[in-house]
Amino acid sequence: MPPKVEREKCDGCKAEKETLCEQVCPGDLMTLDENKKAICRMPRDCWDCMSCVKICPKGALETRIPYQLGFHVAKLIPLMGTDTITWTLIDINGKVERFHYINRGSLD
Amino acid sequence: MPVETAKKIDDIQTEILETDLLIVGGGNAGCFAAYEAKSLDPSLRVTIMEKAHISRSGALAAGMDAINTYIRRDKEETPEKLVKWSRAQMGGGPIREDLALSNAEILNEGVELLEEWGLPIIKDEDGEYKLRGRYDISIHGEQLKPIIAEKAMEAGAQVLNRVVATNLLMDEDRCVGAMGFGVRDGKFYVVRAKATIVSTGGACGIYKSPVTDYSGAHHQTWMCPFNVGTGYAMGIRAGAELTSLEQRWVAVRTKDFCGPVDTLAVAYGCLMTNGKGERIMEQRYAHLGGEKAPRFCRLNAPMNEWLEGRGPTYIDTTVLDPEEAKDLRTDMLNERPSFVLFLASLGIDITKEPVEIYGSDPYIVGGHTGSGYWVDISRMTTIPGLFAAGESAGGSPNKFVGGCAAEGRLAARGASAYLKNVSLPPVDSAQVDEEKKRTFAPFLRGPAFDGINPTEMEERLQRLMDEYAGGVHQFYRMNEERLVHALKHIRKLQEQAGLLHVGDLHGLMGAHEVIDRLNIAEVLIHHLLYRKETRWPGWQTRMDYPEIDPKLDCFVESVRDPKTGEIKVFTRPYEQLIPGDRLKP
Repeated sequence: MPPKVEREKCDGCKAEKETLCEQVCPGDLMTLDENKKAICRMPRDCWDCMSCVKICPKGALETRIPYQLGFHVAKLIPLMGTDTITWTLIDINGKVERFHYINRGSLD
Repeated sequence: MPVETAKKIDDIQTEILETDLLIVGGGNAGCFAAYEAKSLDPSLRVTIMEKAHISRSGALAAGMDAINTYIRRDKEETPEKLVKWSRAQMGGGPIREDLALSNAEILNEGVELLEEWGLPIIKDEDGEYKLRGRYDISIHGEQLKPIIAEKAMEAGAQVLNRVVATNLLMDEDRCVGAMGFGVRDGKFYVVRAKATIVSTGGACGIYKSPVTDYSGAHHQTWMCPFNVGTGYAMGIRAGAELTSLEQRWVAVRTKDFCGPVDTLAVAYGCLMTNGKGERIMEQRYAHLGGEKAPRFCRLNAPMNEWLEGRGPTYIDTTVLDPEEAKDLRTDMLNERPSFVLFLASLGIDITKEPVEIYGSDPYIVGGHTGSGYWVDISRMTTIPGLFAAGESAGGSPNKFVGGCAAEGRLAARGASAYLKNVSLPPVDSAQVDEEKKRTFAPFLRGPAFDGINPTEMEERLQRLMDEYAGGVHQFYRMNEERLVHALKHIRKLQEQAGLLHVGDLHGLMGAHEVIDRLNIAEVLIHHLLYRKETRWPGWQTRMDYPEIDPKLDCFVESVRDPKTGEIKVFTRPYEQLIPGDRLKP
């Protein structure tokens, strides 16, 4: 399922020649619409790798599980640090869990 | 002129570049190849051609939670033992033990480099990499691909991001580079190179995926769907010899969303169960090795349970305590974060309820099985000047992340030695013009053209392969007549590929992806037809030949004649280098 774009948050990466989500998408799926907001051009072709969600500086992108596969609505929100990542997971019953760990460098 | 407004071929700019070593595909193997080549000789010109952006391209785009092959010598593990294990995992082979051994010998160095570069690897109390299986170590690999890509760039490789390779550049029978087009800039690229390494990854999307019927989930596949096997297809078109394509990789995965099952089994002790609550491997498949049965048996077993009326099938996560359940999901966040989201969207507590499992769609992935280019020990293919590594190189299965990295380095060594003695021929403008025309044809047919879009053709191919060439919806089963039917229809699709019609560069990439998949599917069926036996049930199940034929204890090979398109299939003998019972790890 393609990333859902929060249009109020997305600023089209104004400072970049190419938006960050466009730059990283392994499937060449992210682009800008006529209003300079991110859009997934072929929603069926997304792999849900979340590369765009992780890199978006505005937190404007969200991966959703298609309703055909999972119930409404769970959320997984990454927050990238310099050498850590923090994920917030909310399941369909509203249960919140947090995962925080080192993603660069030594674990010691 | 912006490419979108190009009306004729002359409106499209051609960029001719020259390099010493061209690497097609900047994934794990490709980036390691670039790093190695520059380490051997910093003055060497190394160019990576990559269809996406190397920081997040290919199979490692989402990250990785483990390196499945690392040799703990302090635990009395050796390269020979790893090869023996790999051979047993393939039901005794045949495998190329020469290739597997050479990979295994330098395997650890690559893993240690990754740690030095900043990949967090989990350690045990002795400060050694902590094992979670016999050869598996756990990593926090969310950043694995960016880390590898940075090192290739720092080493000084030139990177052509967003350039889609379409064909090899040939000088008679020798490879002298590759051609392709910029999916962003719309230029036609001709990269002339003394040596070329193909490391484009495996082929996903030859078959229909089990969840593809749902809107918005066409790419709910285990293997990266953007890896379409372009490297294999370019070799097929140029007349390279391919090996073992019939050894399809199919894995048992969590149902409806391709999550890992072997991770759960190996690292966390969760076992597969059926609808009756029985432990499948122990109770039904002890004769195949029970829980230690090879991967293809572990795939086929749960699918048999469905067929025999004992589905659904599960991976029993209820043995986990809450802390383990959290560790497990942390692993998954590193490899396939959306799977953790999927579990949350089911709203189940996995310590109280098991997770459903099912078989995936089949893939052609030479980093996992033996499918790919036939290569010599230097990783040169049967085309002089063309080398292969990682998923692209055949014969040596169970390479995974560590082995593909090792093979990238070996191919770089082979290519670096080769290119010292060769010089580049002048540009063959007839060949370049012809390929440029072929490349942009789907884009230049004019708006009124009544053609086919790549998506339609891709879906047609995937359904055909699924139903007639042993896809998941047919429980991987096939027979002669169905395969012949598939072949006939693939030829029709190939004929109609001349009607592909696209309106933008993304579409043009899609057109070439389906053309590449058709080449692979055609050759794959020839391999499947040749193996009149069932050697790896699940991966290769011939209903008309259900037993192993001892005469086929050999490699099945193919070469397509570039002039006539005729595909010749033949065998090569298996050579056992590591003594002992081939079925025993």
